Amino acid sequence: MLLHDIALVYGRYLRQSLRSRFALLFGVLMPLLYLLFFGPLLTDLPLGGRGSSWQLLVPGLLLQLGLFGSSFAGFAIIIEKQQGVLERMRVTPVSRLALLLGRVLRDATVFVFQAVLLVLAALAMGLRAPLAGVLIGFVFVALLTASLASLSYALAMKVRTPTEFGPAVNAMTMPAMLLSGLMLPMTLGPAWLDFLSHLMPFRYLVDAVRDAYVGSYTSTHMLYGVLAAVGLTIVSVTVGTRVFRTSGA
Amino acid sequence: MAIISAAGLARTFQTKRGPVEAVRGIDLTVREGEILGFLGPNGAGKTTTLRMLTTLLAPTGGAATVAGCDLATDPAGVRRACGYVAQSGGVDPQISVREELVTQGRLYRLTKAQAVARTEELARDLDLTGLLDRRAGALSGGQRRRLDIAMALTHRPKVLFLDEPTTGLDPGSRADLWDLVRRLRDEHGTTVFLTTHYLDEADALSDRLVVVDAGVVVAEGTPSALKLEYGGSIDASLQDTFLAITGRSAAPADAAPVAV
Repeated sequence: MLLHDIALVYGRYLRQSLRSRFALLFGVLMPLLYLLFFGPLLTDLPLGGRGSSWQLLVPGLLLQLGLFGSSFAGFAIIIEKQQGVLERMRVTPVSRLALLLGRVLRDATVFVFQAVLLVLAALAMGLRAPLAGVLIGFVFVALLTASLASLSYALAMKVRTPTEFGPAVNAMTMPAMLLSGLMLPMTLGPAWLDFLSHLMPFRYLVDAVRDAYVGSYTSTHMLYGVLAAVGLTIVSVTVGTRVFRTSGA
Repeated sequence: MAIISAAGLARTFQTKRGPVEAVRGIDLTVREGEILGFLGPNGAGKTTTLRMLTTLLAPTGGAATVAGCDLATDPAGVRRACGYVAQSGGVDPQISVREELVTQGRLYRLTKAQAVARTEELARDLDLTGLLDRRAGALSGGQRRRLDIAMALTHRPKVLFLDEPTTGLDPGSRADLWDLVRRLRDEHGTTVFLTTHYLDEADALSDRLVVVDAGVVVAEGTPSALKLEYGGSIDASLQDTFLAITGRSAAPADAAPVAV
């Protein structure tokens, strides 16, 4: 029953995404601009990593895509609350968990699709990375998206208006982006900044995907990255499930 | 036989400015096949009561059963037995009427084929056949309301809850909707629990009225009984009766009739 319900909710929202093809492609625009206009600045700089500057930048952009895209996923719920769609579904016998997971899986699908587009563009710009590493990168994007989308939906269930939601999400995503070293490795910075960034779970994901892009699949970074990603997913989906189960108001 | 019975049903919201008792203790029974008008001034707790009876909101006090299923212990049973149309409706304006109806059928665990067949059936019953491929957002107010009701009837519920179903409709669409509600009861025996601010609607449609104010039931009975008791005469308007009951006019509720 749960799987049936998840598939049903997933299908409804995937069709919704496919209906707005423009929005589907538009999501890649920001990371694509970084790739085009920021990426070339890095090619000759000493960044301290292994591999080319593209192997360093592209993992960051992939996670940036997931971070910014999925954090705002909750906007859709606020709109559906106002339209009454959410309540209409909640009076049917459909599993409350499916109402969350169907949406979250849709988000993961959409962002992995956008991540593929971004990597294809990066290949054209000069990225060369092992296929296995690239695929591992997509798995991290999927986990990050699922986590953040769950948290975003949970927050959106709790706030009343989009005007409260936007600033709240921005206040969390901006420091997350800056402190996780998405654009440039944090090891370039002073020790205090590097220390701060270790408090940010996304930092471990970025480091792990960067390792994957240079073919080190068994590094300590990878281990920490996997632990952080799986931990984040478990915590976030649990929070989301709680809110979806109980939230009537 | 009572299809809905509530005893002391209450809901207190915790807000930053302290607790707000939206519903203080509702006692009511609704008989099977009855059209019940649930009236009350703005903020009386009508929608909150409806949301509790449809399992959308957990009560903070009291108990209720809907179609024999207890709200607290068998919410799934309550959901199977009732349909609910919120004030705002509940369809995505970007999605086609057909897709919304089919998905709704699937949410009620119909198979794909059953959901498609049920969609055709509902469209025929509610005069939506020519509109199935339109976006829900492209429907007129009256068509949109019929779609909302069709969604709520997908699983042939025993009880239909309608929250201000005719607000914003033109007189013709309102009359059509009244006919539809009567037809549902006459042909399918559906119990209809509706809130409204239009007293002519309550008068024309309801077998019995329940008036709430400040979160409690302040009067109940047939429209004529209420008119006689509170309005002073069976010919009193329901408007004056309502004002007398809720004390929203110069005369206190227990004084002489407000208008005759």
